Amino acid sequence: MSTVFTDNKTDTIRWTGKSIPRKEDDRLLKGQGRFADDIRRHNEAHVYLLRSPYGHARIRSIDVSVANEAPGVIYILTGEEVAVLQKPFMEIAPPPGGLMEDYCLAVGKVHFMGEPVVAILAETEELGRDAADLIEIDYEPLPAVVDGQAALQAGAPLVHEEAGTNVVWHGVYDWGDIEGSIAKADKVVKIDRLHFHRFTSTPIECNAAVVEYYPGSGEYTFWCNNTMPQFAAMFMGPALGIPTDRLHFVTQDIGGSFGNKITTYVYLTICAILAKKSGRPVKWTEYRTDHILGGSHGNERTFSDIVVPVMADGTILGISAAAIDDAGAFPRYEPLGSVIWSQVVPNVYRFRDVRIDFTQVVTNKCPVGPNRGYSRLQHMWMVERVVDIVAQELHLDPVAVRKQNYILPEQMPYETPNGCVYDSGDYPRCLDMALELIDYPKWRERQQTARGTGKIIGIGIGSTLDSGTNNFGQARIINPQLPFSGNGEVSNVKLDLYGEVVVTIGTTPQGQGHETTAAQVVSDILGLHPDQVRVLIGHDNARNVYTGFSGTYASQFAVTGLGAVQGAAEKLRREIVQLAAGVLQADESEIALRDGSAFVQGQEERAIPFIGLANIVFANNATMPPGLDVSLNCTYTYRPPFKVPDVEKKFGNLTLTYSTQIHASVVEVDEETGQTTILDYAAVDDSGRLIHPQIVEGQVHGAAGLGIGAALYEALEYDEEGQLLTSNFYGYKAVTAIDVPMMKTAAIESPSPFSPNGAKGMGEGGGAPLHAICSALQDVMRQKSGAIIKDSYNPSERVYWLLQNAEKSRQGVSVEESGHGL
Amino acid sequence: MSNTPSVSRSVAVTVNGTTYQRDVAARTLLVHFLRENLNLTGTHFGCDTGHCGSCTVIANGKLIKSCMMLAVQADGAQIETVEGLAEPDGSLSPLQQAFSDAHALQCGFCTPGLMLASKYLLEHNPNPTEEEIRRGIKGNLCRCTGYVNIVRAIQNIAADSAEKGDLVK
Repeated sequence: MSTVFTDNKTDTIRWTGKSIPRKEDDRLLKGQGRFADDIRRHNEAHVYLLRSPYGHARIRSIDVSVANEAPGVIYILTGEEVAVLQKPFMEIAPPPGGLMEDYCLAVGKVHFMGEPVVAILAETEELGRDAADLIEIDYEPLPAVVDGQAALQAGAPLVHEEAGTNVVWHGVYDWGDIEGSIAKADKVVKIDRLHFHRFTSTPIECNAAVVEYYPGSGEYTFWCNNTMPQFAAMFMGPALGIPTDRLHFVTQDIGGSFGNKITTYVYLTICAILAKKSGRPVKWTEYRTDHILGGSHGNERTFSDIVVPVMADGTILGISAAAIDDAGAFPRYEPLGSVIWSQVVPNVYRFRDVRIDFTQVVTNKCPVGPNRGYSRLQHMWMVERVVDIVAQELHLDPVAVRKQNYILPEQMPYETPNGCVYDSGDYPRCLDMALELIDYPKWRERQQTARGTGKIIGIGIGSTLDSGTNNFGQARIINPQLPFSGNGEVSNVKLDLYGEVVVTIGTTPQGQGHETTAAQVVSDILGLHPDQVRVLIGHDNARNVYTGFSGTYASQFAVTGLGAVQGAAEKLRREIVQLAAGVLQADESEIALRDGSAFVQGQEERAIPFIGLANIVFANNATMPPGLDVSLNCTYTYRPPFKVPDVEKKFGNLTLTYSTQIHASVVEVDEETGQTTILDYAAVDDSGRLIHPQIVEGQVHGAAGLGIGAALYEALEYDEEGQLLTSNFYGYKAVTAIDVPMMKTAAIESPSPFSPNGAKGMGEGGGAPLHAICSALQDVMRQKSGAIIKDSYNPSERVYWLLQNAEKSRQGVSVEESGHGL
Repeated sequence: MSNTPSVSRSVAVTVNGTTYQRDVAARTLLVHFLRENLNLTGTHFGCDTGHCGSCTVIANGKLIKSCMMLAVQADGAQIETVEGLAEPDGSLSPLQQAFSDAHALQCGFCTPGLMLASKYLLEHNPNPTEEEIRRGIKGNLCRCTGYVNIVRAIQNIAADSAEKGDLVK
């Protein structure tokens, strides 16, 4: 495998691999972070958004005349004016999804509860809110469609009449020979329906921005917390009719995103229009209720007609299923989720024959967007449910079935049926470690002794991958016209005028510790202490380097971000060595770097500090040794080794690294109430070579915490009219400290042979707690009457229902003795 | 219809030992007063319902959510915010250091509120059990850490204080 560490380091200290104190902590612990809502501009005005109370309604009229006269009102923007000022946002999908028109404010009708309808700019947010109360909107409510399967029925209400259908995208993924598998299988397990529910990560910092327009240059500056700014620019530039380089994004500290802050371009467009109209800096900070109503939800997915050919020993040969993905009212980042799941087609298993008939639809619900584990966790949850249901129905041990089917370490790198290349990993070992952490035999015993006590113990496994560093070429499987492929991040590492090492990256960290890990990498290459490296954090496309992929999403920083930092630091090192060799009249091979100085090895008195080198280049260049062309200002773009996927066959390597997450959970269910308590929990991860083990472990904890929340407490539930019933933290029960156990963790390091440093992207997790808790609940049901866990969301009432209604839950689940084709 | 013009009131609020006299709109929430009138932006605004806890401060010795109190109600009050936690020389207090050591913060947005909640908890219960810690911070949501390292940080500081016999700062 390739290795990170430069061979010619002058110091034996290696900062990478150590859990050094985070550079970010000091300011954050003192309340000195700079988050988007902390930004103030002179003479700023405030945006208040009046949102739709209906899931689906025609707007008959909007009367703002009284509100216009209210105190402090500066400007009121409605959809009627937006339709003139803005072109509909670009759509990623070809038709029919590509025909769906998306504006920053509702034009003509509202498509979901919480859609912004009127934007009020006022001297204060409170005055804007007061004025909103004076706006009269006449709505004509329309029937709503709130379920993915219902959206496909003939006569279903159309969310976008202009598209003529609720289908955003449809495609059939077919690899191997599923019919052949079914014909030769000993048994065929059929499951009529599995449902992955809608939830979201609710970063504690809501969306926010201060937006300023400069008429002299036609430039807009967005001090904001968008986490993929050039993606936003790609939508906003054409919508506003301006070149994208007039859109200047600045991010600093960001209070969590988990993918949810990628699609904020809709709101940034409202602010941009208001900033230009008013000539004032415009400030917008989202309320929590608005964030949950109209921010970004996770994809809801219904799987139907699942057919699983299996051998008698539990070997799974393949899976055939239909998937209906509910994107909410507007596609936005979608339909990328309709292909992104295929990064992990067989999850961690060896089966080769797969057919998924995938349809994505719009409904009258909040638009979805990337959400931790994005699109892969839905698919891997289905696969994990299949494994547990197969084990139960065939009377096999779920642990044994997993081991029977896991891809083995000696098969690495392993090419999946659709051409993804799993880089490294040891799934059986991770599973063994997880089982050891929970003391599996002990719980199997306790399970027996608990019988008859009214408490049922269940043990469950969640095996997942966290695929990272996207090959954006996979977007072409959705739309062959899209000019995207590969990935990349860029970094600049330089000496400043006084010899300080300064690093910039195009990323938008939200707690992942980029300042720290970038400093570790640079320190190893330049022979410094991380305290001697200054990392300027955040994206700033007017001042700093960036690529079109820049941002922080999709488990990739350790590969793309640190790959770029490594390349730039190595370039700077070469320049420093060249310059020092010239100044010290030594051979380049004799120069070593330590503690901010370059010196001749063995003759340490022959040395020059970085400040001396910087002085020569920046302020004293008549003394430059002849023949040198150095800038001490080095930029490097890391580009992963990708090819454009085969669009016809839907085949290719879709991500560069595949981290492993194997979780084991022990739950106890109270038979009288259905209440589920987690008794023990273990998470074993393999993220390749670890740059900062503590940061990696912290993200494992975080992903597990959110996953446990989603499995047991958190759901975005709509009624049939499209009313969101869980629109704030009263209804949406974000997990608290008393809901999450003190989980146990362990890690192994299977270095990636493909990444520049052996590391793998991580952080999203694969939704392992959803899989592990459903698996444990299945283990509970197995001991009672064999009810089938068919939903990813299992609050007490559902668990109670399952205990009482095993037969109903089993409807549509069958085992056929031999395969007779589909 | 609520188009009542804002009524301004004069308040004197002591924050981290400094008394500030300001005219504020009567409906100004304490969290906005701290952030916008005093520019103490370490106290964060994360929800509009009093659930997330990122605006947690200590007011007259009580742990409160500053989005649930009007600035005018804080007239004459003693408020402690995150900006007052560090040592006079600017170094981290033992509590802050414990958070850093245990990697109890990632994005850092919920952290100020959680530290105030932790401070309050430890002042009232210097040796809490894990369950008491979890109950003590259950009003503060964190989406990054799964609470694991936050609980550990508080356990560590409690153990340290028990060993050294000093009060938690």
